[in-house]
Amino acid sequence: MLNLVGHVWTVLTRRIDTFLLVVSLAIVGVGLITLFSATDQSLPRLSNQAASLAFSLLLMWIFANIPPQTLARAAVPLYLVAIVMLVGVALFGTVVNGSRRWLNLGFARFQPSELMKVALPLMLAWYFQKFEGRISWTDFAIAAVLIVVPVYLIKRQPDLGTALLIAASGFYVLFLAGLSWKIIVGLTALGAGAAPLIWPHLHDYQRERILTFIDPTRDPLGTGYHSSQASIALGSGGVVGKGWLNGTQTHLDFLPERHTDFIFAVFGEEFGLLGAALLLFLYLLLVGRGMMITLGASTLFSRLLAGAITLMLFTYAFVNMGMVSGVLPVVGVPLPLISYGGTAMVSLFIGIGILMSVQAYRKLVAT
Amino acid sequence: MARLLFSSRRRRYDDGGGFGALRNAEQAQFLFKRRLAIAGVVVLVAFGALFGRFVYLQVFQHRHYQTLAETNRIAIVPIVPNRGVITDRNGVVLAQSYSAYTLEIQPSRVKNLEETIDRLAAIVDVQPRDRKRFRKLLDETKNLESLPLRTRLTDDEVARFAVNRYRFPGVEIKARLFRQYPLGEVASHVVGYIGRINDRDVARIEEWDETANYKGSDYIGKVGVELAYERELHGTTGVEQVEVDSGGRAVRTLSRTPPVAGNDLKLSLDMRIQQVAEEAFGARRGGLVAIDPTNGDVLAFVSKPGFDPNLFVEGIDSANWELLNDSPDKPLLNRPLRGAYPPGSTIKPFLALGALTSGKRTPTQVIHDPGFFQLPGAAHRFNDDKPGGHGVVDMYKSIVASCDTYYYILASETDIDDTWRFMSQLGFGQKTGIDIEGELTGVLPSREWKRQRFAGPNYREEHRKWYLGDSISAGIGQGYNAFTPIQLAHAIAIIANDGVSFRPHLVKSIRSLGSGEVREIARESTHTVPLKPEHLAVIKNALVGVPKEGTAAAAFVKVPYVSGGKTGTAQLYSLKGEKYIHQKVDERLRDHAWYVAYAPADKPKIALAVLVENGGFGAQAAAPIARKVLDYVLTGQTQAGPAAMPAIPPSTEDESD
Repeated sequence: MLNLVGHVWTVLTRRIDTFLLVVSLAIVGVGLITLFSATDQSLPRLSNQAASLAFSLLLMWIFANIPPQTLARAAVPLYLVAIVMLVGVALFGTVVNGSRRWLNLGFARFQPSELMKVALPLMLAWYFQKFEGRISWTDFAIAAVLIVVPVYLIKRQPDLGTALLIAASGFYVLFLAGLSWKIIVGLTALGAGAAPLIWPHLHDYQRERILTFIDPTRDPLGTGYHSSQASIALGSGGVVGKGWLNGTQTHLDFLPERHTDFIFAVFGEEFGLLGAALLLFLYLLLVGRGMMITLGASTLFSRLLAGAITLMLFTYAFVNMGMVSGVLPVVGVPLPLISYGGTAMVSLFIGIGILMSVQAYRKLVAT
Repeated sequence: MARLLFSSRRRRYDDGGGFGALRNAEQAQFLFKRRLAIAGVVVLVAFGALFGRFVYLQVFQHRHYQTLAETNRIAIVPIVPNRGVITDRNGVVLAQSYSAYTLEIQPSRVKNLEETIDRLAAIVDVQPRDRKRFRKLLDETKNLESLPLRTRLTDDEVARFAVNRYRFPGVEIKARLFRQYPLGEVASHVVGYIGRINDRDVARIEEWDETANYKGSDYIGKVGVELAYERELHGTTGVEQVEVDSGGRAVRTLSRTPPVAGNDLKLSLDMRIQQVAEEAFGARRGGLVAIDPTNGDVLAFVSKPGFDPNLFVEGIDSANWELLNDSPDKPLLNRPLRGAYPPGSTIKPFLALGALTSGKRTPTQVIHDPGFFQLPGAAHRFNDDKPGGHGVVDMYKSIVASCDTYYYILASETDIDDTWRFMSQLGFGQKTGIDIEGELTGVLPSREWKRQRFAGPNYREEHRKWYLGDSISAGIGQGYNAFTPIQLAHAIAIIANDGVSFRPHLVKSIRSLGSGEVREIARESTHTVPLKPEHLAVIKNALVGVPKEGTAAAAFVKVPYVSGGKTGTAQLYSLKGEKYIHQKVDERLRDHAWYVAYAPADKPKIALAVLVENGGFGAQAAAPIARKVLDYVLTGQTQAGPAAMPAIPPSTEDESD
């Protein structure tokens, strides 16, 4: 009997990276505490989020038990399915009652760009592994096409924020695979140099958004208001914060989107600089563990995949906290493992599950 | 090029030929580790920068922000603008807004919703319908905004709640604007309605980049003029800065940018004509469009049956929705705009005009009608309505008596693409460009059209080819032809106006409430169809003959004015050799009845098209409705109630089309 329990325990835990799991759950814990305050102590929302967490942990376990080679085999079909779905959204997406980012599968509605977040790095990692040892510049050109097609499709939905994030995930694979510095520096310089040239060609509303980022008071009802109120929330929190459930910004309705994209402002107001530093440290541990796993990965495929996932975790956290603290423009990116919302939670834990799988199977494959 | 793009690694690989695969793998590992280390440094720097920003905000700027937060008793509240009023051309109000109290619940601040609603029901009247709607709103909404449980509270209810307010945290009474359509069903398909903003509307608002301007707005135009002129009607949202107490309730207004009300729309419709026309339909289904041919003003736009737009404003309940949506009478279908019907014989005067213009026919040229038409070498007979035929027929008689054989022969001698070229100048098979959304194109067949229509893999080449037989049935307005009532009204208006075409429009002028400035909608003459006056005169003379001594004479007995018109009957159902007997055919399969008309004949001020679905003969079902409208417009009098169906004398029954 004891033997059986022991066996089940082994099956449940043998592929799980304890460090990664503990850090993730710590961040989720911070999230649930903050969410309770941000939703004015709404138990239904808290239990919703807990349900998403349970489901996400199940998926994490499943992905942790899938060997990376199996994932590699799924890369091409998954990428193609995601592309077909994105084209489907472009053609039929408007028919669905809602925004054009959704595809109705009959039984459920689905956002193909969410799938692409996983499918693109998988595809690129698979590609570079296939041609390992003889990668030339043409492979980078092909990889660029693999990135540009989905990014373009998502951009025209229109969902520029997600398109940029997916482009970033693709870039990370290219970067880790050894994309020449000349190209990286060249493209960056080109982008920076082109900015003043692009300005006169922007639409009025696009200019207005950029100006609002520089001077938030320009748009009192729109994103500028979000930005100034979030800064007030953070700043007034001080070193130790106003205490849980005591944030005045939060509870007097000044903070918009406070349980989703702007939840970090609630956290910073109530827990102060100490809280913010702790959260930053937890994210650093998460990313650091991801990098260690990446370093120990046995194949080029798992290295590139784990690296891209890790860097994406970092990117989400950085972009969201940067937006809330007013150093980046307001874009719709949730704070990983903390913002309210099931879809994001599920994809993040799938990513963490893949990292665990890379770690668990690192010695089982001969190099 | 390769070297430039991929220099460092490539050089190592190429030069180190002797080191073998293991060496290469080590090199790659090394390179990867270096890249990862660089990424690690970027992560540290980025997080460090964030930490620096937090320190700046929370330590160095703490006092500044703390003061701001303490004095941040200032909430910014959007003030929703008053939606523009819609009136007819004489100022009769069709849509207006009024202010009323609503009882709203902020779900996130209420612990037990059901229990709260039960307690509220003791104070204000809460019907099961209200609960259902509230639950639906609760499911749909993603934000933490407050949602209405009851709308339009009475003063008594407001007073009762005010006394008990302390018992209901998170429940509030708010003054909101409501939309009302005083005339209900009348012109409902033109005016349309507004409804709560849904996800799709949000996407639309984002596309206009008006997200900030719709803060606080709950409603948006969904159908008709309310939809097409949404951005005129909505107005500019105001902003109010209010001081709030520690509980978040507003105590004082600090500054206020007032909202700018939406613009008022004056329609070109004349409600008196509209009402006469709607009454003339009685319980019959169909559509009517009346246009001022000299400028494109739409004077009446009827789609029967209609619906009560007031039902939609607060979100229609499922019982009423099913009633409207599942009804076989399709009350939600905008027939003049979105119903495409075969034109039947109403197409004949236009085809005759084409034949004159191309020189294929002269007015006096005659044919002999034996009662049918056969293509050379074919057994199939295309029958005329009148057994035994009309005998000797010239152009005048072909229109006045509506002789099919005349047009069978004409069609057999005319290339379908030539017909297409002429008819498309009159707007057939094209959108008229009327200023509400959803107009159908209809079908004016051509070789190219048939090729496109049957391009799919399920069809073969023989399906895509144009046959002479296709031309013959198209020649009497059957076959592939399908036009909307607005297209026919537009076409007859072009004839009435001697070839000068105006884009039909429903909105006549837009008045800005703030400045009082009135913008007239331009009456654009889109184009002039090149027609010879002598040809027009022939056709118009024949059209005048139709109500005087032709197929519509029974409906136009003793008219005190001269009008032009043409009957039409569109077959839905092929009777394989049997004689069509109206009463014997299932109601929904009966022929559609048409009448197109204009008056007065010498200087037309109204042109119209009437369609009665499954009405049978055009002369019998559609012409009397047209007469009622023309009587009213030209004499100012009409008898109230539905138009009577004149009995058709047995002798003329076969000619009645």
